Amino acid sequence: MYLYDQYDQTMVDARVAEFRDQTRRRIEGTLSEAAFRPLRLQNGLYLQLHAYMLRVAIPYGTLSGAQLSVLGDIADKYDRGYGHFTTRQNIQYNWIKLDETPDLLADLAKVEMHAIQTSGNCIRNISADHFAGAAPDEIIDPRPYAELLRQWSSFHPEFLALPRKFKICVIASETDRAAMRLHDIGIRIVRNDAGEIGAAFYIGGGMGRTPIIAPLIKAFVPLDQLITYSEAVLRVYNRYGRRDNKYKARIKILVHELGQEEFTRQVEAEYAHMQTQAIEPPLAELERIKAYFADPAFETGLSEAIDLSNPDFARWVRSNTGAHKAPGYATVVISLKPIGGIPGDATGDQIRVMGDLAKAYSFDEARVTHTQNIVLPHVKKANLFALWQALVAADLGTANLDQITDIIACPGLDYCSLANARSIPLAQKLSERFADKAELLGELKLKISGCINACGHHHAGHIGILGVDRKGVENYQLLFGGSEGADTSLASIVGPGFTEDGIVDAVEKATEVYLAQREDGERFLDTYRRVGVTPFKEAIYG
Amino acid sequence: MKIVTGNDLKTGAVIWWTGESWSIHVNDAVDVADAAPVIAAEEAARRVNGAYVIDAAATPEGIRPAHIKERIRALGPTVRLDLSLDPTATPDRVL
Amino acid sequence: MADPQFLFRDEPAVSAPTVALSAFAEDTNATAVVIQPGEDARDLFPHLDRLALVEITFPAFTDGRGYSSARILREAGYTGELRASGDLGVDQLSHLRRVGFDAIAPQTPLDPAEAETAFATWPQVYQATVVDGRKPIWALRHGL
Repeated sequence: MYLYDQYDQTMVDARVAEFRDQTRRRIEGTLSEAAFRPLRLQNGLYLQLHAYMLRVAIPYGTLSGAQLSVLGDIADKYDRGYGHFTTRQNIQYNWIKLDETPDLLADLAKVEMHAIQTSGNCIRNISADHFAGAAPDEIIDPRPYAELLRQWSSFHPEFLALPRKFKICVIASETDRAAMRLHDIGIRIVRNDAGEIGAAFYIGGGMGRTPIIAPLIKAFVPLDQLITYSEAVLRVYNRYGRRDNKYKARIKILVHELGQEEFTRQVEAEYAHMQTQAIEPPLAELERIKAYFADPAFETGLSEAIDLSNPDFARWVRSNTGAHKAPGYATVVISLKPIGGIPGDATGDQIRVMGDLAKAYSFDEARVTHTQNIVLPHVKKANLFALWQALVAADLGTANLDQITDIIACPGLDYCSLANARSIPLAQKLSERFADKAELLGELKLKISGCINACGHHHAGHIGILGVDRKGVENYQLLFGGSEGADTSLASIVGPGFTEDGIVDAVEKATEVYLAQREDGERFLDTYRRVGVTPFKEAIYG
Repeated sequence: MKIVTGNDLKTGAVIWWTGESWSIHVNDAVDVADAAPVIAAEEAARRVNGAYVIDAAATPEGIRPAHIKERIRALGPTVRLDLSLDPTATPDRVL
Repeated sequence: MADPQFLFRDEPAVSAPTVALSAFAEDTNATAVVIQPGEDARDLFPHLDRLALVEITFPAFTDGRGYSSARILREAGYTGELRASGDLGVDQLSHLRRVGFDAIAPQTPLDPAEAETAFATWPQVYQATVVDGRKPIWALRHGL
């Protein structure tokens, strides 16, 4: 993974000093809250329902064992012993103190971490495929491009007061494992007919109030134009994105209102101009970064055999391990969704354990997925059993990847002042209801958001749930048919909303319809797409 | 009644206006007829951050905010009541 | 207006009164123009030669359109005084310089010591804005 040089370290240290000074001025009173708020947001610090919440950046979701160790220590030293992994591959701490934040950021800087631009109207953490460097189907590891873009976007002086937040995702395979087309800019690294590698830019996707799948705006940007083209897009957005209405301020609205053709024309004009400005790093810089993402020293001549005589281990292997491009290796997903637990939460101890396991079993590397789980990308099949035993001992051995109990849930009204309803208790009830049927139901991606901001990505759920406020009482809408894969689709609402207990029953009825109707290896999503919503509606609403 | 809540500037703790100062306990909150000058003065003095007014009712069990959001704010996350100011509380207190 | 609090030019601040962008084209005597956030700096391209001062307003510091306007003018070769005015605080200063402003007139004067610290926030820069003359880190890494 990428390691800082003296320049990167200088920048992150300068940022800590800057925020320490800003915090001092806020506490002393020479900086008002109105002036301070955007500054603390661009250092990831929210004022939330119970306390300050800090969102630490995990660039493209990649972490070393040492970094996980520090994240665990921060949970204990500065918070209440736990952290929450998010749907943008970051980690959040819920009980942070403003006057301790500069020291916390200084601790992070020692291990090349930060909270830069994880909130605010700026370019946010750039996400990537969590199986990067391991997946057999990727053209190339997408993360060097994400790192190049990360540096370009950090403290970019022209783009720190955008109309709204800006989220970028980079993948390098046909299969979209990172919800790429639901980002402001989604980049797929592709090969053209001449065999050259370049970037396809999808612009104007997103969830929230107006979910939109990003259209393809430019099919092929050469690798030595990535920054130039991105700069053109951001400048058009900065100049013409709406600033009159917070709910219409994302680039997806601009693309929609201008129309693809006019938006493309404006970007092309700015791009042509930007190409005269010499802002592109040399390809040597991309090559320098790529060197950090070279394959680890995979052993060869390894056995593919796994002793599956332990049924619990066998179940975990079936659900939580996946194919790896190197023979004898597997990808492992650590589920942070224990039955009845809080999705995405981990204690300081658990975070440190995962750091140790990354060091011991995965070439000192882990990833955070946008589904709130942790990946150990490169595990020898021969080590899977020992790894699994260690995970079980730390309550990290739940065998439910992509099953109905592998729930994605935002923090909801338990933690978030933007929320309309709680999401976690519902996730817990659903998890318990389906614990015994999860494997039978197969791949079923259930996502819960506590409000229309859709941080739980409910629009992309095979089953999506949206919490709403119905005259001060929590109420839940049910949606079916969302998908973030190669076949990205947005979920549709099924009918009138439910109470918390009501929606658990409704989901159960839906799964019964699925089991009765499914053919030949169909997932819930496939059956729903084939038979339509009517049989489900009839069962649920009677 | 109308009560005022906010966060402590330095610690971020949820606090409630008692008429004279800020308390971390919702049951110390008082009815505030004219909150705007209180909020302005307390924010200017940096004794509170992000203060706002809410409806609440005085009940035998204590001050009960009118909206579930502030009941959760007063109690703590319903899924981590071990972290609550009142660890004996149960989640249905917020309903 | 009074002189801008911060000036990074050899010449003194331009004192000519500014004319609104919409009026500037016809007012052939004017040498100073003021641009609002929603206006297009590129409208000035035919007139760069006769401009001594372009003032770009920031009615709200959270509206970042002025950063693009400034850089666009410098990219086009404008070498006159480029002045930022309005709702600007200490924490915007380094970014204003990076996009090419060489005069800054905050509506409320800033503490000079805080400003000095703020201007020096970044020992290095990640991106080439070109117009600030600073070599970005990627250039230093590769001896460019």
